[in-house]
Amino acid sequence: MLKVIYRVILGSVVLSLAGCVTPPPKKDYTALRSMQPKSILVLPPLNQSIEENASYSYLSTVTKPLAEMGYYVYPVAVVDAFLKENGLPTPGEMHQISLDKIDQIIGPDAVLYLTVLNYGSKYQVLDSSTNVSARARLVDVKTGNELWSRTVTTVQSSSSGGGGIAEMLVAAAISQVINSSMDAGHGVSRTNNFRLFTESGQGLIYGHRNEKFGTDLN
Amino acid sequence: MKHKIYIVIGLAVAAIFSGCNQTTAYYWGEYEEQVYRMYAAPDQATAVAQLEVLELDLQKAAATDKPLAPGFRAHMGFLYYQLGRFDEARNAFETEKAEFPESGKMMDRFIQKLGRSNA
Repeated sequence: MLKVIYRVILGSVVLSLAGCVTPPPKKDYTALRSMQPKSILVLPPLNQSIEENASYSYLSTVTKPLAEMGYYVYPVAVVDAFLKENGLPTPGEMHQISLDKIDQIIGPDAVLYLTVLNYGSKYQVLDSSTNVSARARLVDVKTGNELWSRTVTTVQSSSSGGGGIAEMLVAAAISQVINSSMDAGHGVSRTNNFRLFTESGQGLIYGHRNEKFGTDLN
Repeated sequence: MKHKIYIVIGLAVAAIFSGCNQTTAYYWGEYEEQVYRMYAAPDQATAVAQLEVLELDLQKAAATDKPLAPGFRAHMGFLYYQLGRFDEARNAFETEKAEFPESGKMMDRFIQKLGRSNA
């Protein structure tokens, strides 16, 4: 039930934010289009936020939007464990592996480097807002060329807008409960990744496993 | 009244953003949730607990016409491997490779490693 209420509020906020931004010019997809990577290795993100678990919370919401766009995405937790087992305990060290080495041991067409720039909630008297921001950079494993990059920020406020003071107090109480764990940031991470990869003209073009592959090549 | 309209529109948008199952090409089940829990609640998300959830997902997926998400089988293979259930691990890695040949190099590496673990 709490989840439903949260989604309603969240959905309204996303909607109200969506209308008022002028879209930036469409990205140049020349490099991505000519290479057409089929498989993407997602490394655990670097973390520049103050939430120490942000990296892995963010990582756990990357696969779905990326795979649904039509790319093969290597199992993120398995990759993490495999690299740790091989002497690379942190995302920082994993981001230092040479592309030659990645090609040799895992063999993806492209590598996705992520940095979590911001991940956290800000509390006010009657509401709170959660901000998640990340930078993504997709690189051709054979040449090291950048294929695509983008930074996306999502801010979700849990204030309900209209309604009387009693309603607002209830809303504040609910959001305190939800936001008391990492979960608020996790939900916003999911939205942020969905936007990052799938927004038309800014996100990725469809990969070979999507039935719309090739329809967005203009 | 205005409030009600917001709720309806909000629900519609939330449905789109949460990627509910009707709109996905793959069956995802609890895969990403398990990945999250491995890091957020490692004491609870043991290999045994994760497999219990994911094996149930396999049954649910079989009842739909959707293929399992990329990485799903490989993730299970890794959990079986952790528990020393090498035959099931090998089977999971081979299935991942068959469904997604892109994963071949990595799956072959894991399968090879299992061969050594067995010996």
